[in-house]
Amino acid sequence: MMKKLFIPLVVVAAAMFAYAPVAINKVPLESTMLLVQKIFYFHFATWMALTAAIAVCGVASLISLFKGSEVADWYGVAAAELVVIFGVFGLFSGSLWGRKAWGVWWQWDPRVTMATMLVLIFLGYLMVRKYGGPGSEKLGAAMGIFGAATAPFVYKATDWWRNIHPPTTVMRTLGEKFPAAWDLVLYCTGAFLLLVVLLLAARVRLEAMRAEMDRMYLALED
Amino acid sequence: MNILRRVWFALSIALASTPVFAQQPGQEFVPVTGPVTEQIPAAPLVISSYAFFLVLLFIYLWTIWRRIGKVEADMRALARRQPEGGQRR
Repeated sequence: MMKKLFIPLVVVAAAMFAYAPVAINKVPLESTMLLVQKIFYFHFATWMALTAAIAVCGVASLISLFKGSEVADWYGVAAAELVVIFGVFGLFSGSLWGRKAWGVWWQWDPRVTMATMLVLIFLGYLMVRKYGGPGSEKLGAAMGIFGAATAPFVYKATDWWRNIHPPTTVMRTLGEKFPAAWDLVLYCTGAFLLLVVLLLAARVRLEAMRAEMDRMYLALED
Repeated sequence: MNILRRVWFALSIALASTPVFAQQPGQEFVPVTGPVTEQIPAAPLVISSYAFFLVLLFIYLWTIWRRIGKVEADMRALARRQPEGGQRR
């Protein structure tokens, strides 16, 4: 199913990402942030993509840990890698936005700090998987579950520990106050979620191939 | 050690410096009305953001492609070493 859909979905994703800069250029400037606000469209979408990857990793880790499913383990490690990739871009784009919004490249704001910790947890997951040796699947799965459990705290950090990061209420009023921006946010989020699906499919295929290779090694040794 | 201390000091200053030119975002985003002027040039920041995304994405795609290629090559080598009638892919 995914094999048949992969190429058409790649074409759709490429078209969406090709049109995104045009749409971002067209949308009116925001009243206080002006031009730098245009970073927001990919910035928000990348955190949505990261959230999707965390959800996949969390569920896959649960299944892998308690059911011992090999396929779930492939999804877990593939999703964890995506969390790190999207997290790095999210933090980088946020830093650029903060340079204009806050006047500095970095602030130890609760949301920003917790998001950094979240990315570090999943980076730790990948390091455990790479260097942990036998049994690292179980330990990695546990890290994936705890990493996923941290995500809601990152989301609510701006509401619970009010600081300078825009609160979650910004998104609740966006559709009413700035419909053009809201439509574009949805568009970019759709493009990023599609990218998550495609990257996940490619990474899971890699894990499946590695598992097959391990079986071939074992067959050769027997 | 001295260099490490200097780097740490410079980083602390850079990361903890008071926002001087900050344009504080509001509680909601609304479209601009009327003429506006930028206090800090924003175009390099926006371009850097999107350029970084593209570079990161292509590097990541390249690493996936390279890893798949390596596993495929290893599997081909293993398949050649498999005895006749053994497990083949």
